[in-house]
Amino acid sequence: MKETILLLALVFFMVAIALLLYRVIVGPSMPDRAIALDTIGVNLISAIAIVSIVLSTKAFLEAILILGILAFIGTIAFSKYIERGVIVDRNGDS
Amino acid sequence: MIAMEILEWVAVILVLIGSIISVISAFGLIKLPDVYTRSHAATKSSTLAVMACLLGAFIYFWSHDGYVSIRLILGIIFVFITAPVAGHLICRAAYRSRVPLARNSGQDELKSILFDGDIAATTVQTIEKEKSEENQ
Repeated sequence: MKETILLLALVFFMVAIALLLYRVIVGPSMPDRAIALDTIGVNLISAIAIVSIVLSTKAFLEAILILGILAFIGTIAFSKYIERGVIVDRNGDS
Repeated sequence: MIAMEILEWVAVILVLIGSIISVISAFGLIKLPDVYTRSHAATKSSTLAVMACLLGAFIYFWSHDGYVSIRLILGIIFVFITAPVAGHLICRAAYRSRVPLARNSGQDELKSILFDGDIAATTVQTIEKEKSEENQ
């Protein structure tokens, strides 16, 4: 019963990641895609936590920390790039 | 023994609540009209979902194995600190790169402050610099 509920929660997280992938692909602007990628990283953290409960191992708990740090640094890099890169694009347009 | 069983059920229910909140957050990201409202859906509820899920995992390992995982607590604290910072930075970058607001949003008080001053001047300066470089 507990395993079933945990697998159901994992399926919910996969549904959420699929919906966010829709936003990553068709998102009208670059910050949309950056926000959706950040949320995908955060959802992957909890999916890894559920997987480590289901497999009853503690080996994946380092991956939670690493993925959290990587998602944060990636979002910071995207926001820096968007804030400066679009100015260059605008000069090319006008 | 009964207490351990109850704690495991609490952990499983916390994980389920976190997953449901995550799906709601993803629907918000799909349905809302522009970047700023989408970041509202993405940062707050997604942070709540991850914190509930990691807290469930922590309680499960604590009750099932008697193992207090420092790494899960560090993950909870890290997500709790960094998710609002990331959302704020993305919104700032979106506004500075002039992503438009939704059509039915009320008023934009930052526009007259931000874009009549320094940023417009710097864009004009960079345009002129690029033109001079092209001429050379």
